[in-house]
Amino acid sequence: MTGAAKPVGLHALVLAILLALHFVLPDYHHGVLARVLTLATFALGYNLMFGYTGLLSLGHALFFAAGLYGLGMPMQHLGWSAEVALPFGIAFAALLATGVGALALRTQGVAFMIVTLMFAQAGFLTLLYFNEFTRGDEGFVIAQEARSLFGISLADADARYIAALILFAVAMIATLILVRSPAGRVLVAIRENEERARMLGYDVARYKLLAIVASGAMCGAAGAAYGLLFGYVGATFASVQYSILPLLWVLLGGAGTVLGPLIGTAFMTYLIDLGSGLTDAYMLLAGAALVLLTLFAPAGLLGEVRKRWAGWLP
Amino acid sequence: MTVAASGPLLETEGLTRRFGGLTAVDHVDFQLFPGEIRALIGPNGAGKTTFVGLLSGRIPPSEGRVRFGGEDVTRLPAHARMARGMAYTFQITSVFANLSLFDNVALAVQRRLARGEGLEAETMAALDRVGLAGRARQTAGDLSYGHQRLLEIAMGLAQRPRLLILDEPTQGLSDGEIEGFKALVRDVAAEATVLLIEHNMDVVMSLATRITVLDMGARLAEGDPAAIHADAAVQRAYLGG
Repeated sequence: MTGAAKPVGLHALVLAILLALHFVLPDYHHGVLARVLTLATFALGYNLMFGYTGLLSLGHALFFAAGLYGLGMPMQHLGWSAEVALPFGIAFAALLATGVGALALRTQGVAFMIVTLMFAQAGFLTLLYFNEFTRGDEGFVIAQEARSLFGISLADADARYIAALILFAVAMIATLILVRSPAGRVLVAIRENEERARMLGYDVARYKLLAIVASGAMCGAAGAAYGLLFGYVGATFASVQYSILPLLWVLLGGAGTVLGPLIGTAFMTYLIDLGSGLTDAYMLLAGAALVLLTLFAPAGLLGEVRKRWAGWLP
Repeated sequence: MTVAASGPLLETEGLTRRFGGLTAVDHVDFQLFPGEIRALIGPNGAGKTTFVGLLSGRIPPSEGRVRFGGEDVTRLPAHARMARGMAYTFQITSVFANLSLFDNVALAVQRRLARGEGLEAETMAALDRVGLAGRARQTAGDLSYGHQRLLEIAMGLAQRPRLLILDEPTQGLSDGEIEGFKALVRDVAAEATVLLIEHNMDVVMSLATRITVLDMGARLAEGDPAAIHADAAVQRAYLGG
């Protein structure tokens, strides 16, 4: 492919800016941005499936929570170290995504949305049911001294920001490589015209499953990292709200763009953050902004930019 | 894969498809030999599209068998048959409308390239063959209908198929475009066997080396163009004689 320089340069620049922000941001925004980067990784995982493959899931809280609890439960109950619990959380989410994908992919469209939603609800209710171990809605806190990787305490604000940035960078670069690869082109082909992709000889079911597993693993990594970086594990993260949020972030930022998830997550986080400083009805502000964007920029912020000025954006 | 050079590339035995009480394809025995340009004709509702749907695997059969290159492919899904060397162009244009022409054809090319070597060159060569190389970066949905049909054919060619199935490829083309299309198919036939569903009898008579006539889901007649033209039953069923 020609013209690789521009996209690679742009994404490297974004990572460089995020690194520079680490040194200049005041404490408060430094903390907010660390959270945004972790949640943007969740959105990147969601985007892989929704934005590129065209599979609209309403159950991705399940994979985020799978990573979160896959890390948190063994650390809390079995005394595992973070070095072991982190890959375990990711693997658990990937495994769950394989199972959910194998079953949910038997359906399409609205039925697929309902089935994924039901799987996530089943996961949420399971967490509540076993609240003796999971502490249910109330959740539990991972002890500060346990939250360290290779001797570096992630409870420390600086280490936490850098760790969140590394997580995001890995997920972003992986997305960039995938969507520019032949396999990524097939995922987009499935989104655009599934029957045609099949009649070009592609095993559509296998590619879709690949997308779900990669997406589940990425969302699980975000969940596991969230537990490790912020020290809290709770069933709220498995609730339907956390299935809707990544969808909104991706739609706002631009579905099927590599940087859209970051832009959407940051935009919405700051919209609520700034709005709540102005008025108690801050969700009304967020809602109004969403309606306006949907009306005037249906492709999302970055999606509109790509449509109007920069068709080369991956 | 132990087919002799003279054996059929594609063969069906008692191929049947029922939709409820309607038998759309009724015990069809059919053989297609390498190098042929075979036309499949018949009145509307004769079962032509269902028949090629059964061949390509888009529709599962109720009874009967399909063999391709000597291998029984009856139970193989469509994508696996395509991977074995079939290519299918849709009756209703079905390109990736939001992708560039390059990406459309690259999708057809890349499946058979192990490491993506030569993807760009082969993609551009296939576009060049249908005269669309100059538009490689355009969005497919912006093309005129005739150009979209050509893009479909480029996607078919780019798969380097052993069997190219063209479902009503000249529908909606202008006379000038049809002349270009005929030259293209003759060119393709040097490398691939062609199965052509076509309503335009001029195209059929000038291109086909052999013609199969379907009527009411069954094979009514088969022969070279002159024989079919003279066949009384065909005249009654189809040619409006």
